[in-house]
Amino acid sequence: MIIRGDEPEQIELLKKMYPKGNYFMQGDEAIAYGALFAGCRFYAGYPITPASEIAETMARELPKLKGYYIQMEDEIGSIAAVVGASWTGFKSMTATSGPGFSLMQENLGYAIFTETPLVLVDIQRSGPSTGQATKGAQGDFFQARWGTHGDHPIIAISPTSVEDSFWETIRAFSLSEKFRIPVLVLADGIIGHTREQIKIPDPEEVEIVYRKLPTSDEEAKYPFGDVHGDLIPPMPLFGHDYFTHVTGSTHKENGLRDVYTPEVHDRLVRRLHKKIELHKTEIQKWEEYYIEDAEILLVSWGVSARPSLGAVMEGRKKGIKVGLFIPKTVHPFPGERIKELSKNVQLIIVSEMNLGQVILEVQRFVRDEVPVIGVNKIGGVPLTVEEILKEIESSAERSRHRSAD
Amino acid sequence: MAKEIYTKYKMAKYLRKEALPTALCPGCGGGTVLNAFANAIDQLGIDPRDLVVVSGIGCSAWIASPYFLADTLHTTHGRAIAYATGVKVGLPDKKVVVISGDGDLAGIGGNHLIHAARRNIDITVILVNNFIYGMTGGQVAPTTPFGAITTTSPYRNVEHPLNIAETVTSAGASYVARWTTFHVYQLIESIKRALSVKGFALVEAISQCPVQFGRRNRMKTPTEMLRWFQRNSVLISKARNMSPNELEGKIVVGELVNREKPEFTEELNSLIEEVSKHYGLGDNNAD
Repeated sequence: MIIRGDEPEQIELLKKMYPKGNYFMQGDEAIAYGALFAGCRFYAGYPITPASEIAETMARELPKLKGYYIQMEDEIGSIAAVVGASWTGFKSMTATSGPGFSLMQENLGYAIFTETPLVLVDIQRSGPSTGQATKGAQGDFFQARWGTHGDHPIIAISPTSVEDSFWETIRAFSLSEKFRIPVLVLADGIIGHTREQIKIPDPEEVEIVYRKLPTSDEEAKYPFGDVHGDLIPPMPLFGHDYFTHVTGSTHKENGLRDVYTPEVHDRLVRRLHKKIELHKTEIQKWEEYYIEDAEILLVSWGVSARPSLGAVMEGRKKGIKVGLFIPKTVHPFPGERIKELSKNVQLIIVSEMNLGQVILEVQRFVRDEVPVIGVNKIGGVPLTVEEILKEIESSAERSRHRSAD
Repeated sequence: MAKEIYTKYKMAKYLRKEALPTALCPGCGGGTVLNAFANAIDQLGIDPRDLVVVSGIGCSAWIASPYFLADTLHTTHGRAIAYATGVKVGLPDKKVVVISGDGDLAGIGGNHLIHAARRNIDITVILVNNFIYGMTGGQVAPTTPFGAITTTSPYRNVEHPLNIAETVTSAGASYVARWTTFHVYQLIESIKRALSVKGFALVEAISQCPVQFGRRNRMKTPTEMLRWFQRNSVLISKARNMSPNELEGKIVVGELVNREKPEFTEELNSLIEEVSKHYGLGDNNAD
């Protein structure tokens, strides 16, 4: 029997297992609990540092909620099993890190093309290759966007703290179910392994979203057709007498392969893009701090957002008009909002744990209208308030000199 | 566009008519396997609504998806069994069948094949072994006979083929059999048994690819290939008394194993029942 997560029994079980209150846990665990509260009852995974605690938590907790944990033989098989389970109706998840994320790319593309809801958590670690297995990083921003081949849309979310990981994982499931697309959670080894206090809510406080199902046999004939005019096809699950055909080859609205007609491919791939574009305002999410009168705009994401906020607050104490923008949905990137904000600032600083990735997206949107500089750090140790503040201060100093000229 | 097809072929009712005709070459063994599978389903009286068929990439992967009228999942190269694992866990009461080729299931996907057999998950795999990567133009495969000519072993194959059925037997499957497309009735019987067994079941169907394998190896026509299967096959009961030298290049056919073993989804479900009962709502003394 497929569990959606909003059944009265499941609500009671969640209340009994995880009573509302304060908990002390790792980011990895918070992601697992977020998934459980979102209704995820199928997890397939493969151990990898620093994501293994997600698998361990799911293996321990899922059976209590009548859910399934499977350990597969590798990451490729893990995401494959997750896709298979999703077509039977399960809200499904897998989690991995760097090398495992690379291995999952082909089947991630399959899930995108077949519009299969799933959540893939990437606890980013220092790369390339095995890199620093136990250290956090933010180097997978573009891999999340373009890791699998071909033109494709994607949704990626990046939480900024342990508690945020809980709620953003729930949001990942909601978006995935609603728009029939895999959603990536781009956390990192630092958040994943940091322990801090989080508030676990009442399950009733969590909005549970489940995919749109066909309401008639006629609708079920078009697993990939825009039958409702919102570009999101209802999903005719396996085991419901629909004779659904699903393929990773280019397919028509009825699911059958047609790799020879240019229009079929064009229509399908453009619809997948438009589906996300049309609902972008619902998908995108960001946070803004002190931006009203900001002359310097700091842009940061994920684990780097926290020291960035600290640096902004310190900067304000010193009288520097600095504001902070944090994209929580990192793909599709909220570049339009940054462009809007850039009109009132003299400089944009982007702080991140890589050699410059989000900065390229920022530059793409603001063009040459505002100078954009990066504060970058690699090696596995997170950026500090002081490091970011130093850049803010020297930038403020430079602009004072410029305006004095 | 659904076409009306008039045919006396009794198994046509199991086919997805709008996907016909098949893309398989004339003389391909794929049709024989599809026919054997349809007959097995028919003889067992299995309702296609109780079937989910999963396949990977390659000619043999096309045999059932899209041509067989059931829920069909046509996956990425080599991963059909891993996808099927998720499907089986979600739908433990359905028959989950994987039909795909040797390169797909035993080459690139060999790891999933071995581990699904080890887990003994209730999936029936019909592995169509035509010794070659057919769809991509006839390249050497992990199943290509020693010395055979292919487009990427143009002088001769210097590697020895994988014995798939024996590998899967060692890995722990409940049921393993091997036949060729010459042995159609035996193939149907073995597919029926594989579908009936609780646990991982493999039927290796040796199949002819006259276009990519046969014509480069002195068997231009399908009949020449079928005769080669006939002449070269040795029943497993007889093979047990033959030396490795005598068996070199032979195709051992028959049932390799048929045994009762704990099945994965049953084990998993009984574990969940146990754990959820212990922690669940019903029993207040659980803590």
